[in-house]
Amino acid sequence: MTVGNLRTKDLVGIEPLTPDEITLLLDTAESMRAIGQRAIKKVPALRGRMVVNLFFEASTRTRFSFETAEKWLSADSLNFTAKGSSVEKGESLLDTAKNLQAMSPDLIVIRHGSPGVPHFLARHLKAGVVNAGDGAHEHPTQALLDALTIRQRLGRLEGLCVTIAGDIAYSRVVRSNIWLLTKMGAKVTVCGPPTLLPGRIEEMGVAVTTDFDAALDGADVVMMLRMQLERQGKSIFPSVREYFRHYGLDAKRLSRAKPEAIVMHPGPMNRGVEIASDVADSGRSVILDQVANGVAVRMAVLYLLLGGHPWEGES
Amino acid sequence: MSRKLLLRGGKLVDPAAGRSGRFDVLLSDGLVTEVGDRVEAGDAEVFDASRLLVLPGFIDLHAHLREPGREYAETIATGLAAAAAGGFTAVCAMPNTSPVNDSSETCEFLRLRGERVRGARLYPVGAITKGQKGQEMTAFGELREAGAVALSDDGKWLEDGGLLRHAFEHAGLFGLPIVQHAEDKSLSEGAPMHEGAVSARLGLSGQPSMAEAAAVARDLLVAEMTHGRLHVAHLSTARALDLVRRAKAAGIRVTCEVTPHHLVLTDEEVAKSEFSTRTKMNPPLREGSDLEALLAGLSDGVIDAIATDHAPHHADEKAVDFDSAPFGIVGLETAASVVYDRLVSRGKLPLERFAALFSAGPAKAFGLPGGTLAVGAPADVTLFDPDARWKVDPHRFLSKGRSTPFAGWELVGGPAATIVAGMVVWQRVDL
Repeated sequence: MTVGNLRTKDLVGIEPLTPDEITLLLDTAESMRAIGQRAIKKVPALRGRMVVNLFFEASTRTRFSFETAEKWLSADSLNFTAKGSSVEKGESLLDTAKNLQAMSPDLIVIRHGSPGVPHFLARHLKAGVVNAGDGAHEHPTQALLDALTIRQRLGRLEGLCVTIAGDIAYSRVVRSNIWLLTKMGAKVTVCGPPTLLPGRIEEMGVAVTTDFDAALDGADVVMMLRMQLERQGKSIFPSVREYFRHYGLDAKRLSRAKPEAIVMHPGPMNRGVEIASDVADSGRSVILDQVANGVAVRMAVLYLLLGGHPWEGES
Repeated sequence: MSRKLLLRGGKLVDPAAGRSGRFDVLLSDGLVTEVGDRVEAGDAEVFDASRLLVLPGFIDLHAHLREPGREYAETIATGLAAAAAGGFTAVCAMPNTSPVNDSSETCEFLRLRGERVRGARLYPVGAITKGQKGQEMTAFGELREAGAVALSDDGKWLEDGGLLRHAFEHAGLFGLPIVQHAEDKSLSEGAPMHEGAVSARLGLSGQPSMAEAAAVARDLLVAEMTHGRLHVAHLSTARALDLVRRAKAAGIRVTCEVTPHHLVLTDEEVAKSEFSTRTKMNPPLREGSDLEALLAGLSDGVIDAIATDHAPHHADEKAVDFDSAPFGIVGLETAASVVYDRLVSRGKLPLERFAALFSAGPAKAFGLPGGTLAVGAPADVTLFDPDARWKVDPHRFLSKGRSTPFAGWELVGGPAATIVAGMVVWQRVDL
């Protein structure tokens, strides 16, 4: 177990983290997994602490995962979704934040469609802030659970070739993964159609290609991103059929990757758009491991941000 | 009895008159009446300027004073007071008020309100089209009679090329320049920052440089054809500057301005500030290569003026996420100091160019009085203290706006006093 702790009260992204902090989070998550495998899935670690889940954007997996993590650690949680809240009555973000602060939460988990909102809250609130996705910027707990999954399957991060493919431009998952994987010494290639590849993304320290077959050659990890179907026809890409032909992952394509390569997807999947069912349901797919690891990672984040010492298991 | 003020012993820098050195300057009844090595005071009040620079009054070609319509964000009174505190003796007020300054009545209101307020002079800029809608031309002649010094649809680039052609032709009758905010929105898509490595990293959508350059290119072609007078507002990219440079060489009648923030900050500021809305303005902060190109343009004379694009918003309007925040920062009270500290005192811009970019350059671009302290010119003077040391504290601004990326900056050099028509309208408290 790495000894140490996080330096800040917030997790706004992977970018500010050091490799040691990332390792600490992953190691802590690894030990948290045991809790979920027991008959009684609850430890008193965060008893009496309050966590607010503030979701301005739709989310199933991430919100459930945070809620589960909070419950298993015995934190009290409050759920806030923009729909039906005072935000719909025109309350400003700052006022919403101040009102929440008045209830003295210990931690706020925020998802918002605009980059930088977690940073905004972190500046204005005493409570810690966890970014659960801010626009196309970062989704740090997703990158952590991805890294945990890779580590479990392949034993390490350093030196691995990771190919991330699909809608790079609008993906927060890709940015957090680039930060994490490059900090941990993996080689990252991003791939997508030109209309979904932001210019100068290579300055984040990744290789960039529009050729999916070439991107798959020798990959240890293939991470597929969700294609947002609403982009179809908006001069981004003309049709699902054409997209799948060039950027969909099927078994034949996957054979270009290393034999032991794993396939990941942050969900929700569009079967037949970015990924074929024969791949998604194969033994190479670790997609459901990712979901399971999500809870452990979020437990680790909550636990460490709320001042927990490195987790030594229950005493 | 006549009203006289003698500025004694200051260092006069008056590029338009070709003067630079220690001179006494006598101001009588609103005009400069004598400039010499030693001018007798007679019955004039004497102002000791021996430790100060005496510069032709600064003219801001681009400010938003918000009145009428958004008096909670700024008023003509607070805006002109802020201008004076920033060393400006005159300000051109952009027309995007509510109602839009598209009629002689609104224009007259602005001019008269400006006359009644202590501070800088106000020169209204009229809209090119009614309601800034880009469809129907305003009455340029009536606007000019009511005080308009230029025409602009401000934040809305006049897209319709045919309409722009007629606007140039018609404005020529009245000698009014057409001021364009060069942004092809089909290319910029209203994105909140510059498109580049930083936007790619931050996941924010970006405005590509070509959205500005493409607009400037089209405007220059229409100006060339019509012999129209084009002024490019807040030019921010190397590409657009290059187009203006070539157009000037080809004899096209074009002038341009840049803002202080585009001269000293880049898009990295959005990341460094962690998405602070104090770094959100339009045009957005660009890249290092753009900044370098603009600095070269200041020195070689392609850039005619430094303008603030002072755009105050209420604190509540800026206390939101980066995507939804309005574009705009305040600039009147920091512009001259930021440029002096970061460029002049560090040897990147000669003092004479500094003076010209804030006075003679803007005066010439819009055909305004002033821009020089030659005998007979208006007695509009900026007294600038090159040794003043101060820290930018937005809470002490006279402007109602507080949003500035320069908050907390420690600067060397700042306005000491501002004289309009021979009257001291603002003076630093310790003088």
